[in-house]
Amino acid sequence: MRRPSIFLREGIPTAIRPDGTLDRTHAPDISTERKRELYVAMLRTRVIDGRLERLQRQGRIGFHIGSLGEEASILGSAMAMGAQDWIFPCYREFGALLSRGFPLQSYVDNMFANANDIVKGRQMPDHYTSRAHRFGSVSSPIGTQISQAVGFAWAAKLKRDPITVAVYFGDGATSSHDFHTGLNFAGVYGAPVLFLCRNNQWAISLPSNEQTASQNFAEKASSYGVAAKRCDGNDVLATYHTITEALGYIQREKKPMMIEMLTYRMGGHSTSDDPRAYRVDDEVDRWAKTDPLVRMRRHLEHLGGWNETDESEAKQAVEQELSQCIERAEAAPPPELDTMFDDVYQTRPPHLQQQASQLIHGPRAVDPHLR
Amino acid sequence: MVPAPWILTCVKTMPKKNLVTALNEGLRSELAENPDVVVLGEDVGRVGGVFRVTAGLQEEFGSDRVIDTPLAEGGIIGAAIGMAMYGLRPIAEIQFSDFIFPAFDQIVSEAAKYRYRSGGEFPIPMVIRAPVGGGIRGGHYHSQSPEALFIHTPGLKVVCPSNPYDAKGLLKSAVKDNDTVMFFEPKRVYRAVKMEVPDGPYEIPLSQAKVVRPGEDVTVIAWGAMLFEALAAAESAQQQGVSTEVLDLRTLWPVDVESIMQSVRKTGRVVVVHEAPKTCGFGAELLTLVSEHAFLHLQAPPKRVTGWDTPFPYRLEQEYLPLQHRILPALLETAAY
Repeated sequence: MRRPSIFLREGIPTAIRPDGTLDRTHAPDISTERKRELYVAMLRTRVIDGRLERLQRQGRIGFHIGSLGEEASILGSAMAMGAQDWIFPCYREFGALLSRGFPLQSYVDNMFANANDIVKGRQMPDHYTSRAHRFGSVSSPIGTQISQAVGFAWAAKLKRDPITVAVYFGDGATSSHDFHTGLNFAGVYGAPVLFLCRNNQWAISLPSNEQTASQNFAEKASSYGVAAKRCDGNDVLATYHTITEALGYIQREKKPMMIEMLTYRMGGHSTSDDPRAYRVDDEVDRWAKTDPLVRMRRHLEHLGGWNETDESEAKQAVEQELSQCIERAEAAPPPELDTMFDDVYQTRPPHLQQQASQLIHGPRAVDPHLR
Repeated sequence: MVPAPWILTCVKTMPKKNLVTALNEGLRSELAENPDVVVLGEDVGRVGGVFRVTAGLQEEFGSDRVIDTPLAEGGIIGAAIGMAMYGLRPIAEIQFSDFIFPAFDQIVSEAAKYRYRSGGEFPIPMVIRAPVGGGIRGGHYHSQSPEALFIHTPGLKVVCPSNPYDAKGLLKSAVKDNDTVMFFEPKRVYRAVKMEVPDGPYEIPLSQAKVVRPGEDVTVIAWGAMLFEALAAAESAQQQGVSTEVLDLRTLWPVDVESIMQSVRKTGRVVVVHEAPKTCGFGAELLTLVSEHAFLHLQAPPKRVTGWDTPFPYRLEQEYLPLQHRILPALLETAAY
């Protein structure tokens, strides 16, 4: 079995040293309080991931696609973005959405696809969106969000709005049509896009060294005239720093940029995947040593900004909030039958009015639990 | 192509324009009315489109509004979706509908589902223009009529005008519509038909079919370039004593069921004509709708006159297309049944 090489990390600067001290040349100049926020956001994401995976195993939700091990790449990038900036997600970035103030209850409602779900129960769990939080819509096809983010950023540029659009995708998406057309269009039009490649080394079962013959994913950008950098995606401060600099470059130079965030998918692709079928070596253990939460916690402890009490209180607070959200989401009813026919078009055409009536006056009207 | 009599009888005082000019006027008028309207596609700017539908627009509105793009249909539609999300009203051109398939994913998986999948957060008001149909010696890849694929996709509207007057008014409505509209232009008609088209703006509502020739004995449903074939066949049938009502659908989806049923209830006989292959073509859906809505009014088995179930051929395209010589016997047989 060919394996992705851990040595791919060579030459990528880190901010947090193994002893928890900081290499200031690769770290952002931010307060300890902000660093705590970054850590808490990562911790929150991890706690939620663990809980949702258990819910799926219990059959209480249908699906979850988590971010175990990738918290630093997701939060370090999302939290470096400005409030005016937009995020076009892949499907592993619920932490980014929550970091923008999206209510946890709304996220859990999405996981249960209930009547309160922002997408009205129409998509699988983890396919959220929120215009108010400047967060695009998750879709399952790989890479399609990339060219859309480019069009969105391009429109902003045409309107002279100084925003940047960050678009997330995995290493697998770099083989997709939309990656190449997206980078090409962005290069040609100077669209203010931050391409965020979360290289978690695995596209379901395909390791990154079988995804491409390139030395790394960042180098692909150069063929489109797009600047690119790699960063240690398991070092939240190095990621935050790299993204801050990239955002400055994009607005200053009026050009797009790509960042390859090197990280590692510690779990399966989703709850539908068992990585033991293709990943049986000690690779996971080796990457566990670079766990982004462990590294950031060590730094915070070094600063005297975190201790065991903080840790357990923070975890407990998330668990408690989550329990309340789950209880409410689980008790909420499914979406009304009639809503199935909304939003196909702005207004319901006659054929959908007819079909809605057929459903509403059909067998389910007699017994909504009829199968 | 022989212009049909109903076109020749239009008002004499207005300037006569072909489909290309009428579409160009429609685009110009939308660009002028709304600063959020942008036109993008391959060769739409500097050269004004390979069929010249966008001629002069870049000069008038600038290269930020009429944009030449790299050669990637998926990129054009993906970017147009993003533009629509931001608040622009993109009009994307796909040079030939035969080249739309690299963008199929963005149209079918993304644009068509965006409003729905986002719970209404992100409508995609966008028009995708593409020339369709055969008869210009274009072979497989410049001749197809893929409308059924898009009609089959919930969330899309599909328009296919047959003539310059309708095209301008329908295009303006499509641009103002808040859903994604596939706007198929019959390329065989581009320069073959001239008719009076007002210089000023006007709109023709979507989802309204039009009876272009009233008749009593049999209904023929057509759209795009085949409308003229249906009209010619109707004229020949008249000489043999069969009165044919010709219905131009204009908007294919959501289709004007009421106008179809009104005509079929009157004549009791119906023939559908389309260029696309027969199997699972839009004709199949139309005749099923007729069965569902007007079964007891039918006096003859409905017929389809369509392209054959083969790839679109080059040398034998006149034998592939459902031209008047194939429509006429279908009308006579249906009427005599």
